[in-house]
Amino acid sequence: MSKELNLTLKVWRQRNNKAKGQFVTIQANNIADDMSFLEMLDVVNEDLTRKGEDPIYFDHDCREGICGMCSLVINGRPHGPKEGTTTCQLHMRSFHDGQTIVIEPWRAAAFPVLKDLAVDRTAFDRIQQAGGYVNVNTGGVPDANTIPIPKRIADEAFESATCIGCGACVAACKNASAMLFVSAKVSQFALLPQGQTERYERAQAMVDQMDKEGFGSCTNTGACEAECPVGIKLTNIARLNREYLNAKIFRQEDVHS
Amino acid sequence: MSSKSKPVLTSSLGKKLIMSLTGLFLCSFLVVHLIGNLQLFKDDAGYAFNNYAYFMTHFTPIKVVSYLLYASIVIHAVYALILTRQNKAARPVGYYKSSGNENSKWNSRNMGILGTVILVFLVTHMQHFWWQYKFGTTPYVEYQTELATGNRQIIASDDLPSDYTGYKIYVNNGVEIVQSKDLYKQVAYIFQNPFIVLLYIVAMAALAFHLIHGFQSAFQTLGFNHRRYIGLVRGIGIWVFGIIIPIAFATMPLYFYFKSL
Repeated sequence: MSKELNLTLKVWRQRNNKAKGQFVTIQANNIADDMSFLEMLDVVNEDLTRKGEDPIYFDHDCREGICGMCSLVINGRPHGPKEGTTTCQLHMRSFHDGQTIVIEPWRAAAFPVLKDLAVDRTAFDRIQQAGGYVNVNTGGVPDANTIPIPKRIADEAFESATCIGCGACVAACKNASAMLFVSAKVSQFALLPQGQTERYERAQAMVDQMDKEGFGSCTNTGACEAECPVGIKLTNIARLNREYLNAKIFRQEDVHS
Repeated sequence: MSSKSKPVLTSSLGKKLIMSLTGLFLCSFLVVHLIGNLQLFKDDAGYAFNNYAYFMTHFTPIKVVSYLLYASIVIHAVYALILTRQNKAARPVGYYKSSGNENSKWNSRNMGILGTVILVFLVTHMQHFWWQYKFGTTPYVEYQTELATGNRQIIASDDLPSDYTGYKIYVNNGVEIVQSKDLYKQVAYIFQNPFIVLLYIVAMAALAFHLIHGFQSAFQTLGFNHRRYIGLVRGIGIWVFGIIIPIAFATMPLYFYFKSL
């Protein structure tokens, strides 16, 4: 049996990225506690649409916690109060009847608000385009396991590669730093043989782009790790620091003048 | 991928590198400063401490290191200011409701406030001792020690001639005579004031919380984070720099305050 909740939502409404936004209080009644948070917003939006009002604009896509599209700072926490989960995987049973829920967009200069709760996260795309890839000549499909990789290395690289690029790390960080994201993307290649060719160029290029986008620096508070829905570890940030400083001090590519 | 990259010190990571290296250097200074100052607890009317103070202010390699130290304090503070400004600019609109303690420690988020308290303390601390010792009215003292028996006679400044200056150490008829500025007396004088004692204790508390985060954070910035030694780094950061050193420093003003009562 599912219970029904009556909630008071305090939602950030902003017409477009130039407009000045404000909080609007919206009543969400008869919300089944089996609903996901986004389904709750769907119900609220249907209501608003029926009344002829503008529905709340928010990002979402797969709704199964793997695409990284959903966002929302819910009661001061990116992706809500539960650990290791995205907003789409957050259910209304995590809230109680009569609760006031404050819903805000990610706040960062590098993530400008597009409308209401949706922010422009293309800064992450540009960081990826700066170096988050490997250049390989495509050809015939190589045999499996032709390049030996120790299991622990493969596991570590996989852990880093689970980053879905949602931006919760930036939203959680008091400095709006993108270090956890960038470090995960740098790590997954730095650990694997395929990433070695451009290893040091990559770290420098991605850090340069990160700074250019206007993200803050890392104060090692650990808030990003605590809020990351897929459990990216702070050890990735230490690795990024190593990769970057190594590149700067030893400069594999151009040791000769 | 472009092979041309920005110079290291213009990047956010490069600035953090500066913070890390200057911070760790200042940590190493704390250890030396504490060990030297433990001589304040010797019940010898400042004989050991005053000799040590002369040595520390006149031995050239130590002087070189002390200028590096002053530079480190300034660079650490200036870069903290630059980084804080950039970090504030990275979030122009804040949150209505902030998660605060649910995902991070208070001290890790407020290193700037803790650092400011320490900086204010440092200015008053330098004024109390460094300035007074070099340019102020620190009194003189003479120790006459019979080398055979170890008996020591102390002649305070009031009983010394008015043109008495400089540091001398010589042996005359089996009596070692040391003439020195009496920094020990200055220490005892300053810590008679309960408000100054309180300021020092508050500053040491700020130092403790600053270093509990700062020490391990410096290693993270340098890229040292491995399960083999991270426990040791965190342990040293909390126990040595967060607890033992600040408490040991805080006992000094308390010792002299209660001694003066």
